[in-house]
Amino acid sequence: MKHTISVVVENKFGVLARIAGLFSARGYNISSLAVSETLDLATSCMTIVVEAEDERILEQIKKQLNKLVDVITVTDFTKKEHADRELVLVKINYTLKDKHALQALLEKYSAKIVQHKSDSAIIEAAGGQQQIKQLLQGLEAFGVKELIRTGRIAMAY
Amino acid sequence: MTGAEILIESLRREGIEVIFGYPGGQVLPLFDKLYDAQMRFILTRHEQAAAHAADGYSRATGRMGVCLATSGPGATNLTTGIATAYMDSIPMIAITGQVKTHLIGNDAFQEADVTGITRPITKHNYLVKDAKDLARIVREAFHVASTGRPGPVLIDIPVDVQQKDVEFVWPEEVNIRGYKPNYYGHPGQIKKAAKLIASCKKPILYVGGGVITSDASQALKELAEKMNAPVTWTLMGIGCFPSTHELSLGMLGMHGTAYANHAIMESDLIIAVGARFDDRVTGRIDAFAPYAKVIHIDIDPSSISKNIKVNIPIVGDAKNVLGQLLEELTKVPETSDWLKTLESWKKKSPLSYKAEGKLKPQYVIEQIDEATGSEAIITTEVGQNQMWAAQWYKYSHPRTFLSSGGLGTMGFGFPAAMGAKVGCPERIVFDIAGDGSIQMNVQELATCVCNKIHVKVAILNNGYLGMVRQWQELFYKKRYSHTCISGPDFVKLAESYGAVGIRVTKKEEVRPAIEKAIATENTVFIDFHIEPEENVFPMVPAGEAINRMIEGLA
Repeated sequence: MKHTISVVVENKFGVLARIAGLFSARGYNISSLAVSETLDLATSCMTIVVEAEDERILEQIKKQLNKLVDVITVTDFTKKEHADRELVLVKINYTLKDKHALQALLEKYSAKIVQHKSDSAIIEAAGGQQQIKQLLQGLEAFGVKELIRTGRIAMAY
Repeated sequence: MTGAEILIESLRREGIEVIFGYPGGQVLPLFDKLYDAQMRFILTRHEQAAAHAADGYSRATGRMGVCLATSGPGATNLTTGIATAYMDSIPMIAITGQVKTHLIGNDAFQEADVTGITRPITKHNYLVKDAKDLARIVREAFHVASTGRPGPVLIDIPVDVQQKDVEFVWPEEVNIRGYKPNYYGHPGQIKKAAKLIASCKKPILYVGGGVITSDASQALKELAEKMNAPVTWTLMGIGCFPSTHELSLGMLGMHGTAYANHAIMESDLIIAVGARFDDRVTGRIDAFAPYAKVIHIDIDPSSISKNIKVNIPIVGDAKNVLGQLLEELTKVPETSDWLKTLESWKKKSPLSYKAEGKLKPQYVIEQIDEATGSEAIITTEVGQNQMWAAQWYKYSHPRTFLSSGGLGTMGFGFPAAMGAKVGCPERIVFDIAGDGSIQMNVQELATCVCNKIHVKVAILNNGYLGMVRQWQELFYKKRYSHTCISGPDFVKLAESYGAVGIRVTKKEEVRPAIEKAIATENTVFIDFHIEPEENVFPMVPAGEAINRMIEGLA
């Protein structure tokens, strides 16, 4: 099962390496990672999505994160009311004859075209996991040439 | 003040009187200041030994050990010692030189990414990029290394930072917002634990190095006596409870006593204090202690429920939590039947060895024990020598058995003994070594002789890398692949360094040799030629349940 964890850390060099090292040393794979500064410029927030087979591994991950001196707080969103979003850019095959079909799909998922040329377009979409998944399925009909995702970010209520 | 002066002043303010280390190109400004500093510097003959010596000093005294090396190879040589301290939660400060700030990452001469290399083997580490940060970093490093679950902290200081002139500002206090260890157990958990203790019938206290770190021996003894519960300890816990106490079961685990292993398997309540259910203790994890509920007291939350399921976790300092528990515990369990059973197991299967044949290592250790009145500081190398030293010496005080438990580092014992002797000059310090291990840091004979650090080394010389040979004998059809090892003439070797060497081949020579070594004002190597194929028993084969012992309880 995938879990979303957000980690507030000191905004210093080397901290990302400590976090990454903690995962790699135990053979845990990071599914996605988003890092940026927060309101307090002395801290950064890392949103990490990780695959953990069981509760014990997830607990260990959280405890190990907390153990790092540069880690200030660890929040596990698994059982918490929260909002999560991800931004994706998708390059698809696109010609003007597909315009209506595409626009209907984009409207449904609040996505938009950022750029287009004669044979392709870059679509931007932001949303929850389900929404993004469905949009990507819809876009497959056009032919997806490239996909890039920011990784999930999350915020508790 | 220059960065170098700031470092020395900061160490002085932290109470440091001795540094173990080795000079080099990127620590020249620092060594120039050390020339005038009121600080003892012990020049080892290898950086690894400097790290082990600082570690041994820390283990024996409870005060911070400091080691120092140059960049690149100096720093990488420290790493085995740092990892050793890390695995055993030993507070230590490692200081390394680094190439000039603007050269970092340029593959400069003697450059290595030392903070990168040591990240997984330190509790925390620092690369100092500005001399203005140095005093604060030293203060933080000492705080982090010595509090919570202790561990080594490394400070990497580029040579230009050592030279830079800045104002010295000593921070009055340390405040790291991400680092706030929890020292007292949650009162609710303490209540639950007391309730569980009152209702058990076959309790066992399973205790480890955390008891020694937190100076909780007295509280442990009080709890054991109040509950009338037996005590078993890990390798790291040796000395935290008197081995001659009637409630003592000795060490448990792979080479533990048969009765300790059976006791934990039969128990209905394990109270784990400052121990982490290591694989050498639990054996096959799914077969471990099937009837027991577990109360786990540890200052490190990540140690709890890591290997086994815990019923009542209590995060806190062992001494504090045991104190809380003693206060809360009004009703104690009835354990007389349980103790009677254990007593019968003790009688039936004591630790034993066959006295006939060639000189026995167990006998040598018994004689060291008697000759030193069980009051020496014992360090060990790793392997059979370590296990015999754990089994046959009668420890009764914390900080008297110094051994690389977690990492299992050969070559640890001799430099650790050196560090212990520097910290406790009035004590007799014996390194119980093998002929393999001693050769891994034997160059420290020079350091000992030069600095008049009079440690005694008992080499249990069997001509083998004994523990590996034992496994090959038992599990690999006696195919002794590269475990037959030759050594030098240890007597001549010791003498060539200006130390004293004694060879012992017969039983009757053992005691006089030990007495002579103790009486000699010098470093002494005693080369005991022991039974070559003597094994350490009892033994739990790897991956077996811990009551399935070879030569254990019948």
